[in-house]
Amino acid sequence: MSSRIDVSIEHRNVPEPSGNQHPNTCPQCSSHYRDDELEAALWVCPHCGHHFTMRARARIASLTDEATFVEEAADLRSEDPLDFFDLRPYTERLAEAEMKTGLGEAMVIGQGTIDGNACELAVMDFAFMGGSMGSVVGEKFSRACDAAAQRGVPLISVTASGGARMQEGILSLMQLPKTVCAVEDLHDSGQPLISVMTHPTTAGVLASFASLGDVIVAEPGALLAFTGPRVVQQTTREKLPEDFGLAEQNLRFGHIDAIVPRPELKAYVARLLRLFSPNGD
Amino acid sequence: MATDAELRLRERLTRLRNLSLLGGARVSGELEKLQRQLERIQAAPTDEEIWRSVELARHQDRPYTLDYVNRLFDDWVELHGDRGRADDHALVIGLGRFGGRTVALVGNQKGRDIKERTERNFGMAYPEGYRKAMRLMELAELHRFPLLSLVDIPGAYPGVAAEQHGQGGMIARSQALMARLGVPIVTCVIGEGGSGGAIATALADRVLMQENAIYTVISPEGCAAILWRDAGEAKKAAAAFKPDAVHCLELGVIDAIVPEPAGGAHTNHDAAARLLGESLQDALEDLESVSPDDLKRRRRAKFRSLGVYA
Repeated sequence: MSSRIDVSIEHRNVPEPSGNQHPNTCPQCSSHYRDDELEAALWVCPHCGHHFTMRARARIASLTDEATFVEEAADLRSEDPLDFFDLRPYTERLAEAEMKTGLGEAMVIGQGTIDGNACELAVMDFAFMGGSMGSVVGEKFSRACDAAAQRGVPLISVTASGGARMQEGILSLMQLPKTVCAVEDLHDSGQPLISVMTHPTTAGVLASFASLGDVIVAEPGALLAFTGPRVVQQTTREKLPEDFGLAEQNLRFGHIDAIVPRPELKAYVARLLRLFSPNGD
Repeated sequence: MATDAELRLRERLTRLRNLSLLGGARVSGELEKLQRQLERIQAAPTDEEIWRSVELARHQDRPYTLDYVNRLFDDWVELHGDRGRADDHALVIGLGRFGGRTVALVGNQKGRDIKERTERNFGMAYPEGYRKAMRLMELAELHRFPLLSLVDIPGAYPGVAAEQHGQGGMIARSQALMARLGVPIVTCVIGEGGSGGAIATALADRVLMQENAIYTVISPEGCAAILWRDAGEAKKAAAAFKPDAVHCLELGVIDAIVPEPAGGAHTNHDAAARLLGESLQDALEDLESVSPDDLKRRRRAKFRSLGVYA
């Protein structure tokens, strides 16, 4: 662990760099897998059950019925309102993220069905700048709320985010109230938000729409914290509990409704969709 | 010392007075927007001025919430506790008479001396603090009291207990409650508007900001530590993410700038309170005739419009 004071939002909750470890090597039990093996196992280690980070497209494919997902607002792109330049320009970081991930932003929204139940989805991708929430993520989520309200279907959000995108300065903080207001409008229309928190769901995303789910479920071992363990330790010098900030601790303290392993997630969400549907079908 | 910076500040103050007359609360429509933009191009603060704002926003003699309350309110009654498990001293709530009406007030509160600073946790609220604020919001809604919130927080407290008690969720729910209120809400950032801890009580119909306050998604030190890999580059970070009032106005994040006495609010608490009181009064008067449904609808529409994208 480095000794510098690290109180970032975008980066502070990112998992410890795994050194030279291959992305297909399990950080918990060091088992190594081929791409197709991991894909078949939904990126859950068949040996120890560790949940690898899952990309947005794969997540959507794993949750929705085949060929039912229709993406919306795919062409939204971030601007650079502050001409932000640190060691590199923000625009360059954006372009690089798009090249690397094949996504226009850190969230994919659209409609689809889950076990035949129509719903709207808003799914984050941690690979795009740490899943950080800037203007486009806020706008996409906001539009997903409206689409769900208009079609009279529930919204499922799947979050994976280090927090607000500081390259957009105060506007990134404003995505918190923006998404909160969007959820309130969704609720006024009578539709629920089902929030699925995956590793990591932290800072600005945890402190806004993700925590407003009518039902909140998390994946095993996911870090769900406003402030991550490193910063808490450095700031307070407190001794941290073993499972500090993890889904398991959050369940114990009453902040989430359930921990659902990834292979069971689709059936679990489908059951909720049936329960929220007016006819129960 | 007080030469160049002082002169620039005085000059900026004059410009800002014009800006706040022009702008903010009463401005709507494209024409005014362009006019405002024109003004701002001339008023854009330099990197030095931005850093000066950071220093003034954190100045140890800067007036805090209770300094303003004592000067602006009659019949102030402070309320305590979240009715759950604690009374968070980093955040004060209460009822008072302001401009002839009863208002509910929530404000972050820092301490003056070491003892009080510790007691108030350096102004950093626990989840219990936000629950305390939410209790006041519900009270305001029930009795139709306008809600005032004064924001001055370095950030929500980053500690083990704070996490275990649900810091993130509580900040989200405090905002959600504000989005549901049918009473007028006016917020002013009076010092540090630090990230999630600040927005938790800032989802308002009118968001004001004092001339030398800052409003940030992350502290300049924090930003520098990540992006420049050196917390010492805070000045560069601040210049890059522009937390000052003029830039916040430009981005549409705030509605108006509240002027401070020359040299900053810490130089004259009475004058600072008078200027703040006038702005709060104006904003409340604007909102008084709006129906609860319209307040709520417009408040949400305003926040839902924030962001820049293509």
